[in-house]
Amino acid sequence: MSIDVLLQQIVNGLVVGSVYALVALGYTMVYGILQLINFAHGEIVMIGALAALFVTNALIAVGVPPALALVIAILAAMIICAIVGVSVERIAYRPLRTAPRLAPLITAIGVSIFLQQIAILVFGRNYFTFPEIIPKTPMQFGAVIVTPNEIVIFVTSLLLMAGLLFLVNKTKIGTAMRATAEDQKVAGLMGIDINKIIAFTFAIGSGLGAVAGVMVASNYGQAHYFMGFMLGLKAFTAAVMGGIGNLWGAMVGGLILGLVENVGLMFVRGDYKDIFAFVVLVLVLIFRPQGLIGEKVAERA
Amino acid sequence: MTAMLEVKQLEVAYGGIKAIKKIDFYVNEGELVTLIGANGAGKSSTLRALSGLVKPVGGTVSYRGQDITGVESHELVGLGIALCPEGRGVFKRLDVHENLLMGAFARKDTAQIMSEVDEIYTLIPRLKERTKQMAGTLSGGEQQMLAIGRAMLAQPKLLMLDEPSMGLAPLMVEKIFEIIRLIAKRGTTILLIEQNAQLALENAHRGYVLESGEMKMQGEAKSLLADPRVKEAYLGG
Repeated sequence: MSIDVLLQQIVNGLVVGSVYALVALGYTMVYGILQLINFAHGEIVMIGALAALFVTNALIAVGVPPALALVIAILAAMIICAIVGVSVERIAYRPLRTAPRLAPLITAIGVSIFLQQIAILVFGRNYFTFPEIIPKTPMQFGAVIVTPNEIVIFVTSLLLMAGLLFLVNKTKIGTAMRATAEDQKVAGLMGIDINKIIAFTFAIGSGLGAVAGVMVASNYGQAHYFMGFMLGLKAFTAAVMGGIGNLWGAMVGGLILGLVENVGLMFVRGDYKDIFAFVVLVLVLIFRPQGLIGEKVAERA
Repeated sequence: MTAMLEVKQLEVAYGGIKAIKKIDFYVNEGELVTLIGANGAGKSSTLRALSGLVKPVGGTVSYRGQDITGVESHELVGLGIALCPEGRGVFKRLDVHENLLMGAFARKDTAQIMSEVDEIYTLIPRLKERTKQMAGTLSGGEQQMLAIGRAMLAQPKLLMLDEPSMGLAPLMVEKIFEIIRLIAKRGTTILLIEQNAQLALENAHRGYVLESGEMKMQGEAKSLLADPRVKEAYLGG
């Protein structure tokens, strides 16, 4: 076990972790505004991956340059996922907004299964190969090997996260999102249409999920209707680890989970990789249920 | 002349229990009208019904001749109605400046909004010192000032205040009422809900007395202040 292997695993962990972070943001944003664990979010990611895969292949088939095809496909996937996410909120969650918390939670699990079945109907049950558009030729940096594909994934993730932080913290609609998350009634009194803000939150979270789906598919070279399940659970774990409802928490949680998983691989066989997420989840729930980044706001009066 | 706000036979119920039983009242343009009553008399229920937070089970609310019964609260702001809710309702996790900007959410005239924000800072210097501070860290009085300032940024024609003096020290209450008087003097119509009957009636043109969901008395604020029944029940004899 050498330091070189450790460095390599850290790099791998950061790449995977940045994708977890993007997905975790979708969970945490929806939780922040509705206190709902949207278990269908993993399926949104899956739909993003499959939609992008099919659009890319279709465009390449008609002669569009692969790089351009990929960009168009990602945008299309984001739009498709935003529409699916907003529709799910409108049809499945909104009618239950004042219902006891268990009802929307069970509904979310139902939606998750429903979306998987829809994906089977639309795309099929096969494992589809995601075309290699951004090269995966290994590049050597000292002892560490990185592919251009991984670099693009990592950098894109960071840019999207920075963009989201800007949106939420510095813009009018972002301020309205935070206001709605804190008190829907008072937000309404300010003239904020909270239904629009909630729909917007689902759209943004789903759009980020779509990009994450494409990243996973391109990183592993494949996509299939069940890919959202484990990814969704892990991203959910990341969101809980960071402190669900907190954007920084989701990002930090995602990166840490990616690191734990990949560094952990140095000690166990590859097939056991998935247990790390759940060990982390259990430990966090026991020792720090509010997450690593707890509420920082003082409340007086 | 028709009243700016006219409430007729308003009824509010929570799961079969009537909180408001067919009350009537009105507010004329430019007036400061107060609705007083003890705890649980139905004051806040009335305001909730007016501001779209609960749907009334009966009666009508009209504003400048337009029926606004049961209109969603976010649509009222555009009509020129703002509510400063009970318990202040500032966004504790937003800073002072962001809270004020949320008051102007429905508006697009950024330059004008900014000059009005500055005006509020001049009016309430305590807020200016704390622009970047989370509203949750302010004292109760400061939060109330922020809530009123925020409501003013909606440029309301009708401002509804729900118990602005609640839980505040006497000195702070005096300060809040100073601000309310100033707003009234500038021509904003005000509907003030208060438990502090003395202070409310001293500042209002007209008043209504709500008791167990029914309108018991109404009239000029001065004559209510002098009324022995009001004195006995609300002004401590």
